[in-house]
Amino acid sequence: MTDQTTQTPLAKPAPAKSGLFGLEGKDATLLLVVFALVVFAPFILNPFPEGSGMAQFNAGYPDLMQRFVIFGIFAIGFNILFGLTGYLSFGHAAFLGVGSYAAMWSMKLFTLNVIPGIFFAIIVAGLFAAAVGYISLRRSGIYFSILTLAFAQMSYALAYSVLTPLTGGETGLQIKNTDNPLLSSIPEGEIGRANLFGAQMGSSYEMSVGSWLFTFNLGYYIAALFMLIAFYLSIRIFRSPFGMMLRAVKSNQQRMNYTGLTPKTYTLYAFIISGMYAGLAGGLMVAMDTQVGPERMFWTASGEVVIMAILGGAGTLIGPVLGAGAIKYMENILSKINKDVLHQWFAFLPEGMENVMVEVANIFVGKQWHFTLGIVFMLVVIFLPGGLVEGAQRVTARFRRKKSTSNTPAE
Amino acid sequence: MSKSNFTRRGVLKTSALGAGALALPQYLRADGHAGFTNAPGDSEVVLGFNVPQTGPYADEGADELRAYELAVEHLNGGGDGGMLNTFSSKVLDGTGILGREVKYVTGDTQTKSDAARASARSMIEKDGAIMITGGSSSGVAVAVQALCQEAGVIFMAGLTHSNDTTGKDRKANGFRHFFNSYMTGAALAPVLAANYGTDRKAYHLTADYNWGYTTEEAIRASTEAVGWETVNTVKTPLTQTDFSSYIAPVLNSGADVLVLNHYGGNMVNSLTNAVQFGLKEAQANGQNFEIVVPLYSRLMARGAGENVKGIFGSTNWHWSLQDEGSQAFVRSFGTKYGFPPSQAAHTTYVQTLLYADAVTRAGSFAPCAVAEALEDYEFDGLGNGKTLYRGDDHQCFKDVLVVKGKENPTSEFDLLEVVEVTPVDQVMYSPDHPQMGGADASLGECNNGA
Repeated sequence: MTDQTTQTPLAKPAPAKSGLFGLEGKDATLLLVVFALVVFAPFILNPFPEGSGMAQFNAGYPDLMQRFVIFGIFAIGFNILFGLTGYLSFGHAAFLGVGSYAAMWSMKLFTLNVIPGIFFAIIVAGLFAAAVGYISLRRSGIYFSILTLAFAQMSYALAYSVLTPLTGGETGLQIKNTDNPLLSSIPEGEIGRANLFGAQMGSSYEMSVGSWLFTFNLGYYIAALFMLIAFYLSIRIFRSPFGMMLRAVKSNQQRMNYTGLTPKTYTLYAFIISGMYAGLAGGLMVAMDTQVGPERMFWTASGEVVIMAILGGAGTLIGPVLGAGAIKYMENILSKINKDVLHQWFAFLPEGMENVMVEVANIFVGKQWHFTLGIVFMLVVIFLPGGLVEGAQRVTARFRRKKSTSNTPAE
Repeated sequence: MSKSNFTRRGVLKTSALGAGALALPQYLRADGHAGFTNAPGDSEVVLGFNVPQTGPYADEGADELRAYELAVEHLNGGGDGGMLNTFSSKVLDGTGILGREVKYVTGDTQTKSDAARASARSMIEKDGAIMITGGSSSGVAVAVQALCQEAGVIFMAGLTHSNDTTGKDRKANGFRHFFNSYMTGAALAPVLAANYGTDRKAYHLTADYNWGYTTEEAIRASTEAVGWETVNTVKTPLTQTDFSSYIAPVLNSGADVLVLNHYGGNMVNSLTNAVQFGLKEAQANGQNFEIVVPLYSRLMARGAGENVKGIFGSTNWHWSLQDEGSQAFVRSFGTKYGFPPSQAAHTTYVQTLLYADAVTRAGSFAPCAVAEALEDYEFDGLGNGKTLYRGDDHQCFKDVLVVKGKENPTSEFDLLEVVEVTPVDQVMYSPDHPQMGGADASLGECNNGA
């Protein structure tokens, strides 16, 4: 697997206060690019005017934008473990779920403010990850994967039935009108809503320009802020001596042992950090949409984050975020295209042709979106083993080469 | 790095543009704001059909979607009008809802509450849906109902049978036409007593999740009221596919009735196992051993095949009913799709009509106005006889069908026969019934949203 990060030089003894928050060169640019993308997402994701046929492909509504950044965080965290140490955890959704439940209980009992909820989510998920990691990391390779998978399925089963009083079972947990958190006062008969010092997560500011409609949602920007922090921290981890150690675990554990280092300590820390990222994502999910159900911990959810990381480019900084975006986009946009919509698209064709085209296109959209995802995933794994990031690199490399051949002679 | 041109002219220009951009949206949004979420325009109104298109209940979801499409067609004046012609309320005239053409968007709940909420939120936030309906499991229904309450749109529940939907998790913006576990128990118990006697010992196998719990509780309470004894209740994991190990102890437990509180694939497997173990022919305590399946659906009956013969259960509606409304619905559904509708299709079709009717009677799409029009509303002609939408918990009260697996089915759709139509008075309960969340349960305030 091509790993762009290995090409960067070793972490230097941090030069004090240089660049952007201690980041230099490419990293600083990358952070700025991500910052810009995140801030202007409401514009970028809504390129088509309202009411036009293409509006179907607009993704700039609060729910999906929130999901993009939240699953971005989840994937970034997963990538710290998988991308750096090579340990493939197949039960990461358990930490997401545990974080969600923790945040939910904080909101039900303590306060409807999202900050303590998110804080609890990170702590509880971190503790849970420490316990699971301590046991699972005794093994590596496939055995590690299976152990984490077993823990996740155990958590799922517990949440689904055994722990029903705590987790609400199949129905999950919500804020009810009987809930009265310690620090929040809710008017009689009202149902509490998640807020940040009184500002509600759902509140949006809508801006229409011509026939375009852009939505700026408070919840999204809060989640986005967390995502930027998470992304920044991940860059710092990648570039730190600790990150080097994690890479060493991936390349040759034995050599590490002989050098007198204990790989397990490093992997355990990576596992916990990655679990805390998942907890943060879980807490944010509850903050944005106050509901949690056990299927959030089901093994398919764990598999999804693996696919996100690989699709985008495991071991790269931005890859997992791209992968998360691609999958969530397909899940939410492709799955909503039904035959009715297809008939509108192909209405210009003669009747027979139209029906054929609709039938063919229908194989890839609507409830068959999994199929499309599968094809994309296969193509990426076969032709771009480094994920979407590698694709982008190849494209830029091609342009550069052209430029360099036309402008300057070969070096 | 870069040169910045901070000239006076530049600053003025930018700030004027900025101020304009900020003021613009206010100006443009002013007319579209009618005091509730997603107020429709003058020409069309969007409904959101949120059904499982993948996962264990995909078949039911597909049937629900068919019914929704049929309902939209009828509301817009297409087709033969179906149950619009038999509905006791005559305000719907085939010109859409309040003169607006009905459009719809669809989504996939995947039978997961997260996915269902994501899909519902995209319908509300992106597509401007004024009402969300659908769902084929109680977990999803409860989750989406709470979302709709928060967002300020109406939720018309699809197939959801757990008491909780209109029990402890009831919401002011949510409405359920389908019946529930309590009603199943109340309707089934007298029939069971009449057929199997009152001196019976029951053994329950219960799917280990909310619907299983409420159903077990309901069946237990009502069968014990007619004199039955409950020997044992065992919870089975939802993902279980082989129930042999759960069935084996039943014969030696001293029980003479097995109650399978299972739904969907669970029920198909457990019933098949039970029949393989010879429970149907077995004798216990000097009587014939019997099996009961509280909630039946046609798809389950088809899955279990031969094994359902002679087994009692309950259902919300069945296409073989002979009233005018049912016949009209079966006719138009059959004409369009070539086979009779399931109970899931029926309840979703009816819910769409009821919503459209309530909006028309209220003269407004505002959720609170619609809710008021639905509350304590009595109607007829929609296949279940006289029905009441109770205002206290937004649950429909109507006759309940007790059915039995047919001994000699004539087609793959003709698997159940209606044994008895239990009158509504017998399945009535008070809104603060302990099985419904007790005195704590309340609808809260209805929410019109922004």
